[in-house]
Amino acid sequence: MKKISFLFLFLALVCLLCSCSGKEADIYFLNFKPEVASVYDEIARAYEDETGIKLRVTTAASGTYEQTLKSEISKKEAPTIFQINGPKGYAAWKDYCADLSDTALYQHLTDKSSAIRDGDEVYGIPYVVEGYGIIYNKAITDRYFSLQNRATTVESMENIKNFATLKAVVEDMTAHKEELGIDGVFACTSLKAGEDWRWQTHLANLPVYYEFEKNEIDWTVDEDTDRIDFTFNQNFKNIFDLYIQNSTVSPTLLGSYQVADSMAEFATGKCAMVQNGNWAYSQIKEVSGNIVKEEDIAFLPIYTGVENEETQGLCVGTENYLAINKNASEEQRKKAADFLYWLFSSETGKKFVTEKLDFIAPFDTFSADERVSDPLGRSVSDWMAKEGIKQVPWSFTVFPSANFKEDFGSALLRYCQGKMTWEQVVATFKTRWAEEAR
Amino acid sequence: MKDQLKRWGAVFILPTLIAFAISFLVPFVMGIYLSFTDFTTVTNATFVGADNYIKAFTDNSDFLNALWFTVKFTVVSVISINVIAFLLAYLLTGKIKGTNAFRTVFFMPNLIGGIVLGYIWQLIINGILGSFGLDITVDASYGFWGLVVLMNWQMVGYMMIIYIAALQNVPPEMHEVAAIDGANRRQSLRHVILPLVMPAITICTFLTLTNAFKVFDQNYALTGGAPGKETSMLALDIFRTFYGSIGREGVGQAKAVIFFLIVALIALLQMKLSSRFEKDE
Repeated sequence: MKKISFLFLFLALVCLLCSCSGKEADIYFLNFKPEVASVYDEIARAYEDETGIKLRVTTAASGTYEQTLKSEISKKEAPTIFQINGPKGYAAWKDYCADLSDTALYQHLTDKSSAIRDGDEVYGIPYVVEGYGIIYNKAITDRYFSLQNRATTVESMENIKNFATLKAVVEDMTAHKEELGIDGVFACTSLKAGEDWRWQTHLANLPVYYEFEKNEIDWTVDEDTDRIDFTFNQNFKNIFDLYIQNSTVSPTLLGSYQVADSMAEFATGKCAMVQNGNWAYSQIKEVSGNIVKEEDIAFLPIYTGVENEETQGLCVGTENYLAINKNASEEQRKKAADFLYWLFSSETGKKFVTEKLDFIAPFDTFSADERVSDPLGRSVSDWMAKEGIKQVPWSFTVFPSANFKEDFGSALLRYCQGKMTWEQVVATFKTRWAEEAR
Repeated sequence: MKDQLKRWGAVFILPTLIAFAISFLVPFVMGIYLSFTDFTTVTNATFVGADNYIKAFTDNSDFLNALWFTVKFTVVSVISINVIAFLLAYLLTGKIKGTNAFRTVFFMPNLIGGIVLGYIWQLIINGILGSFGLDITVDASYGFWGLVVLMNWQMVGYMMIIYIAALQNVPPEMHEVAAIDGANRRQSLRHVILPLVMPAITICTFLTLTNAFKVFDQNYALTGGAPGKETSMLALDIFRTFYGSIGREGVGQAKAVIFFLIVALIALLQMKLSSRFEKDE
């Protein structure tokens, strides 16, 4: 009996030891985008088949990247490739970012100034360009434009070039919503905690960008961004009010709606427009009962009523920068750089990027016909190619912290519920920015 | 035998001691150390003295608000949980049919995780408030009472089991004696049963007090602090500070140390008070 129990104990110990010393991966990639987690698994297999180098990809659950990175990077087997989200992210992860200026991937970056730099060194390479704006369903807007009794003279979505026109069209569409068969023009303005980033981050990008532009602040190098006046708050209010007053849901109830609810409303044709980015296409596509046709989906810029906005395009930029862990061994760093170059330059890699990951990759290794296949991605490229149109860069990468965004989001919700005046929202924006940017 | 114990005792304690050190002592000491440093990850800390402790109170009033909200929540839920649990236990030790089934039913919520409970109750509460055109984020008092209800629902069953065990330990002769002496139900409850179940009351208040103080997942899932941060409890506020603000990890850590001190203090005080109370009775 005793012998048997010893045997078991021994076996248990052996198992424990075995599980500890499993074959180590050569590259450890901590992925930021949960929506493409399974694609990275395929990529890892393909890369191992081609080169024999083992790639391990771990994906952080949505909204938990910083937490995951924090705990992973202090482990012995720390990620070799991770992501930072811009100048702020670099400030937080300075001690871990290796210089990438010699890597092949950086050499092929189309716009070198878009990388995160510190002096002559490069610490983050953007790998995907994304754009957002107001996504509209052409089937519904065309139905509106064919109405005999409509109050506006606008003929098509292409004619909407400023906020005044947009407002007139949207309000008239609301008046005709029964004839159009929709519950509201805009999908619900999801303001549940954690689901409000489309407003507290993306929409807020516009007034903040215009303020930086007016004050001639070069925010890409994180200069003078520790205070803000929110000068263009009325412009934010213009579009925000338009969203919540012409929506499928009454403003007081917005605190329990999620982004997925908005996208489902859009996909099932309950509304005509929704503010989101090209990444949302996969979400629209996967909604069951989806009736929106691929060719009917396109972007309209977010007009807020600033001067000369006729030339404003979509908000295009990235908050996804690849960084390589400085503390990894030199061999590992080289392997990591090689893998990244392979992903964005080899035939196999590029195929994954354009067809499965649906990234608009900012590298000159991609030829003009190697484009993303989804309609929203194409719409972003179309806007970028338009003559005389200026895209709005993503200045929200310098928003001071997640806490600032959350507090602004909840102030917006309080405003919708009628518990806060607009002046209080503006004050919250300013004070919380100043507090968090210290 | 004693010699043997002395010689080999240390060896037998060792595995547990190692486990205890790895999973408790080391992180604890490290946590206290980190609260005096500026760090991004646990391996790149630089010493900054008491700076973090000052910032915890001066950065903004979030921490104090959370502390006040937590205290209010704790007081209300400790009382309600214990009263309801005791009443249920009292009823279910009486002569009702199907007491076992009832006990199981009341105990079950305790087996569900806090996050799940939080989301379920959020659906229920929003479902009810929705018919009035409201939701849980409209007013902090909705979140507060929502949390109290949720906490009761989760904890009452567990406390009830402890009370049942205590009530069953009251010897039947005592009831008989009290009855013969002419005590009515209320008198025998007050003067016979309550003193005898005092140890259980101590344990239950202790458990509910510390648990209510440390609530995190229920808070996170039910309200997430909404509206604003008005329903943020201490643990949630610490979490937010740690992960939500850039360069505030140390402040979060300092808040966590303060939090620990408060909980430890309450627990000690409470143990002292009730053990004295037990002896007196």
